[in-house]
Amino acid sequence: MFEATSINHRNDQVQLRYKIVFGTMLVILIIPVVIIMFTLISKGSHAMSWSFLFEDPKNGMTAGGIFPAIFGTIWLVVVSLLASVPLGVAAAIYLSEYAPDNLLTRLINLATINLAGVPSIVHALFGVGAFVVFFKFGTSILAASLTLAIMTLPVVIVSSWESLQSVPRAFREACWNMGATRWQTIWHVVLPNAFTGILTGVILQVSRAAGETAPIMFTGAAMFLPFLPNSVFDQTMALALHLFVVATQVPDVPESLPFGVALVLVGIVLIMNTVAIWIRMHLRGKKKW
Amino acid sequence: MVSTAQNKIEVQDLSIHYGAHKALGNVSLTVRTNEIFGIIGPANSGKTSFLNAVNRMDMMRPNMNVSGTVRIDGIETRSWRNVYALRRKIGVVFPLPVGLPLTVYDNVALAPRLAGTAGSKADLDELVERCLRRAALWDEVKDRLNHLGSLLSGGQQQRLTIARALSQSPEILMLDEFSIAVDPVTTMRIEDVLKELKEEITIILVTNLVQQANRLADRTAFFLNGECVEIGDTETLFSGSAKDPRTNDYIGGKFG
Repeated sequence: MFEATSINHRNDQVQLRYKIVFGTMLVILIIPVVIIMFTLISKGSHAMSWSFLFEDPKNGMTAGGIFPAIFGTIWLVVVSLLASVPLGVAAAIYLSEYAPDNLLTRLINLATINLAGVPSIVHALFGVGAFVVFFKFGTSILAASLTLAIMTLPVVIVSSWESLQSVPRAFREACWNMGATRWQTIWHVVLPNAFTGILTGVILQVSRAAGETAPIMFTGAAMFLPFLPNSVFDQTMALALHLFVVATQVPDVPESLPFGVALVLVGIVLIMNTVAIWIRMHLRGKKKW
Repeated sequence: MVSTAQNKIEVQDLSIHYGAHKALGNVSLTVRTNEIFGIIGPANSGKTSFLNAVNRMDMMRPNMNVSGTVRIDGIETRSWRNVYALRRKIGVVFPLPVGLPLTVYDNVALAPRLAGTAGSKADLDELVERCLRRAALWDEVKDRLNHLGSLLSGGQQQRLTIARALSQSPEILMLDEFSIAVDPVTTMRIEDVLKELKEEITIILVTNLVQQANRLADRTAFFLNGECVEIGDTETLFSGSAKDPRTNDYIGGKFG
């Protein structure tokens, strides 16, 4: 009575077929990543050295290090996060917890999602108009970071909104029934449970902000500036722009140099992501329901 | 209807609509101080909506419309300026236990902390212990107050939510089908707890277990399809002398 019937055999075959199809998809997706990482490491690792990481560029950027660009990229990412995370999380809290579910709210949600699809060069032009010219920040770290912040804001809002929504409504109801105000409920129950999700959205934006060239090109990143910025009102070098410049604009660059720059850029993003993922796993261990 | 000290809650012409859908219509009833008032009825009869109207949760639900009046201690709930104080007077226990992802201790201490009445650490410790004891949970969790409340078993979590509801020193306790996710033994323990609590507070017990109402309630209301069919002494209803034949049918198990 427990022998496999022909239907069981067919089901097993279908199972296997889908498993193979999806597995193949995964492999196809992974291949480019592996090739990129392999190329970067094999061609860029020659350039790696202590002086490459911690010295200024020399001989018209064909030699020396890239320290000002590394330093500048970290500056840009940190300042843009300081602007986009509080703003984005606050907006998401309003949309998720306070806003009435009406046409206007849905339009704002839709607009936010669409804003995430605007090409970065458009954000760059907005940044020039708004921060460089109108607010008179000039081409500076501040203007470039704010442009990056505007660019990353929609995704921060959407991912924060989603993680707030994923906190069960029953938690809010239980809290409200105790006589808690909306804000007490958000602060004590909703935010702590949405934190890991919000962090995930922020992580994704770190990589994006670090890698973008267009938004910072006209707003605050300089091609060659072999000293460190003193304040947010100075210009700075940045890895992404530096990579573009040494790869296309400067003659007689040794082949390993652009690959080295790319490797450092990818490395910084990976390190930031690893730290954030570690924090997330640490917190997730405490969260169970 | 004259307000007397014996009447804790007076409901008059209460109707609840969700958009165009009518969940409850023209209910008038009184709940007396220190009684267990049972509400029985099949699903979708408006029992939970009734509870939500009493502690004004309609404020949190944009499409829920409440008309009619609810008086607690003779004061109309709509005229309470501080709705949070109103809700603190009323503890609520839900069908499925909602163990907030906090420690056992923090689950019980949350309400006093939010209300700003937590006092010293010693006071709070004492309050937490008292509430957990009253909910018949203390002996099982006293050694793991710092464990997550959401990791307790279902029955323990439900008693934790009762302890949490008690931590705000409520005058009224509303239980909404509390035994749905609880085993029979735990259910009986909670029922014993409720009988003791009755001495101090007023209890509204919504249940779809007819016999539970029979065991616990002093008086019982039968809700059906958004209508309050009948209210009466539990003994009278369950002795087969209900006025409305539908009540007899439901209690007798002919439908529902």
